[in-house]
Amino acid sequence: MQILFDNLQVLFQGLALGSIYSLVALGFVLIIRATNVVNFAQGDFAMLGAYAMVMFFTGLEWPYWLAFIASLVAMAIFGVIFNYGVYYPLRHRSFLPVIISTLGASIFLQNTVLAIFGPQPRPMDKVLAADGITVGGVFLDSQYLVILAVTMAMVLFTYVFFEHTLLGKKLQATSQDKDMARLLGIPVALMISITFIYSAVLGGLAGVLVGPILFVSIGMGSIIALKAFAATIIGGFGDVTGAIVGGLLLGVIESLAAYHISVPYKDAYAFLALFIFLLIRPSGIFGEKVSEKA
Amino acid sequence: MQRLHLPTLVFIGILALAAAIVPYLFPVSSYVVQMFMQAVTYAVAVLGMVVVLGYTGQINLAQAAFFGFGAYGVALGTVGGGLGFWISLGLGVGVATFAGFLLGATTIRLGGHYLAMITISFQQIFDLVLVNWIEVTRGPDGIAGIERPSLFGYVLEDDRAYLLFCAVVLYALVFAVWWLPNTRLGRAMRSVRENQLAAEVVGVHTLRTKVVAFALSALLGAIGGGLYAAGFAYISPDNFNFARSVEFLTASLLGGVQSPFGGVIGTVLIVQMPEWLKQLPEAMRFIKDVYLAVYGIGVILIMVFLPEGIWGLIKLWRGRFAKPVVTDTSGIAPLDFDVSGKNGGVLLKLAGLAKHFGGLKAVDGIDLEVQRGTVHALIGPNGSGKTTSLNVVSGIYKPTLGSVMLDGEDVSQTQPHQRAGRGVGRTFQNIRLFATLSALENVMVGAQRDRNPIPGGNRALRARAMSALQFVGLADRAHVIVRNLPYGHQRLVEIARVLAGHPKLLLLDEPAAGLNQTEKMELVDLLKRLRGHGLTVFLIDHDMGLVEKVSDRISVLNFGRKIAEGSPQEVLRNPDVIAAYLGTEGKVN
Repeated sequence: MQILFDNLQVLFQGLALGSIYSLVALGFVLIIRATNVVNFAQGDFAMLGAYAMVMFFTGLEWPYWLAFIASLVAMAIFGVIFNYGVYYPLRHRSFLPVIISTLGASIFLQNTVLAIFGPQPRPMDKVLAADGITVGGVFLDSQYLVILAVTMAMVLFTYVFFEHTLLGKKLQATSQDKDMARLLGIPVALMISITFIYSAVLGGLAGVLVGPILFVSIGMGSIIALKAFAATIIGGFGDVTGAIVGGLLLGVIESLAAYHISVPYKDAYAFLALFIFLLIRPSGIFGEKVSEKA
Repeated sequence: MQRLHLPTLVFIGILALAAAIVPYLFPVSSYVVQMFMQAVTYAVAVLGMVVVLGYTGQINLAQAAFFGFGAYGVALGTVGGGLGFWISLGLGVGVATFAGFLLGATTIRLGGHYLAMITISFQQIFDLVLVNWIEVTRGPDGIAGIERPSLFGYVLEDDRAYLLFCAVVLYALVFAVWWLPNTRLGRAMRSVRENQLAAEVVGVHTLRTKVVAFALSALLGAIGGGLYAAGFAYISPDNFNFARSVEFLTASLLGGVQSPFGGVIGTVLIVQMPEWLKQLPEAMRFIKDVYLAVYGIGVILIMVFLPEGIWGLIKLWRGRFAKPVVTDTSGIAPLDFDVSGKNGGVLLKLAGLAKHFGGLKAVDGIDLEVQRGTVHALIGPNGSGKTTSLNVVSGIYKPTLGSVMLDGEDVSQTQPHQRAGRGVGRTFQNIRLFATLSALENVMVGAQRDRNPIPGGNRALRARAMSALQFVGLADRAHVIVRNLPYGHQRLVEIARVLAGHPKLLLLDEPAAGLNQTEKMELVDLLKRLRGHGLTVFLIDHDMGLVEKVSDRISVLNFGRKIAEGSPQEVLRNPDVIAAYLGTEGKVN
């Protein structure tokens, strides 16, 4: 019986961690769909969101919710800056310069934050004061519950936004065919800006939520981003559902493997899972088969 | 790719050697010597980036892992294993090359973003293993007391001597990497970078080329790592993490990733920059503290403003003084053709050929025979399955049903480059040339297909390519970079690229598309000359005038099926064909 409870406990943590990957992966996928490039600074969006929270809440001592909202607003503004600073000048070039440019942005962001806040990891308050609840022998940490709930809400919101609003449809049109969208009078540059804003806010939200669990540190984003990217490939490159399922799956695999096999290699399991997927099913769970046309 | 003249090379060599001898002539602190040691060993690893990213266009974010294989090979071999430097280095390089081979093999299905991710994953796993597999790697503490190599019985204990040794190794490797682009392998690499699909169809074994590029990159990385480990006598996992891979990448981009000289310049700058910042006046000293942030911005700025790095600027500057290349068009041998078996017979046979995409039956059971020595046209309205058929014949698609027989042999399941090796050549509707290569180099790639019946070696390839260019009338433009040629000439270069490979069967996908009237006349003339030489041509086009003038036989497709076949006169008057093009409603006169 104890083994079952232990496994359920691990499974729960895996799901919560996985939903953080899902949130960041969602941000990844939206940018991939809109611009056809992978943003290697996506994880640093999470790091920045967390540090914004540290600044507003710990530094300026604003009330928690105000600081929370202020952090997300800051991330939205940052999304625009990122678009015009990193992506926009290279929009007509191949994906390689853009990837490298986002890598440069990642180095810049991490070291700027390092220069301002120093190398010491910062603690952060949980969203809820309560510690958590025990259900049938499994302890459910309140922060993990919040993470799961917020992820579900964001997934639902994203779905409704993209499928049932005009703006969402315009964004989809932009991601599918920029030239056609432009001919139909959709302001493509604005749509891409909105995508970056949304993606930055999602990333920032993930950072604020995961802060109390992982501590807020300079490198927190890199590892999350790599796994989120792995999740997008496992789920199916550029597929929204795939990103969410991939993220959850990866969180669970990682937690179970760490519990049953070995903790020091925790971070390696995600990459091993990725390798296996790429060998067996490179198009991912929900992806379509890709082939180049002559 | 611009060739350097021998005097320039000698000059650079003397300059470089002088730089390495400086520590002997002037008193230099050991700190400075060590810094140069770092720059030189890093530069070797960056040469790997030049090969894989610069020449082959494949992103590699695991160069520090390869660097690490070499370093750990030397460290573990000399410290724990009691092996000498050379054997240890050999082991490390061997393992790294094998790892590079494996990473390269993943490109069989995946490129671009996937490759970036795969190499990062590999790098991360490598880092985790270094830190955690303490029994073997000694974990985060690292390994100290690494031995230096001995040369002719003289152990290179003195830092200056060791630096000189490393510098000589670097120069040898720079020379090798500089020489590579103008070899068969190097041209294959650059063709993969420019247009992988075209490279494959022209006969380049693209997968093998990418695997070799990765293996070479790993090999160079490991040599750099081995030299680094012996130079500093101590290594720890920090030296081989993802950040270092990004540093190698940045160094190569800053200097210019398409040239070994650029790579070296970039590395020296990246290694020295923090030191120079220390020399700044007090008021600007803060820059040192945010150095890495500035470095990040620098990467973005390089990408935006200096896509070819510093070496690109130097090349531009040199180009101003360069004399225009005058191509010697004398003594070019006339082009010969492979028309073996002139006594007729079927060269290409499609039997029940079908290609379905999900529910869409793009090609739905075609039987067709192309007679040797004829020009056979395939026509049909848009969406009738012409280009799909051509893609199946050239091997880009595998047929869903049926078979493609070439000269009586079933080639349905072979790769495009294998078909090129059997004498199938094709051009593309939307021209697919290797844009930054010269016309001559483009055509040479076509000439270097497997089993092309010419002697090996650059001289023969070049002669063959010049003959092909002469045939299409562009011999005097041989050294022009093809993206600078007008559209009509680009089409001709593409045809020359195929002809250089002695095709038995020439597939032309809408050769007249986008040409003006004069150019079309020239094309008709060219096709007639090809027919006159007895070459078998299978072509698609929409221009009925052209098709009628050059074809011996025409097949018509509609909705993926063959609806008519015969001589041009028969087919173009066939009511079914007219109906397919103009519709059945109303009267057709």
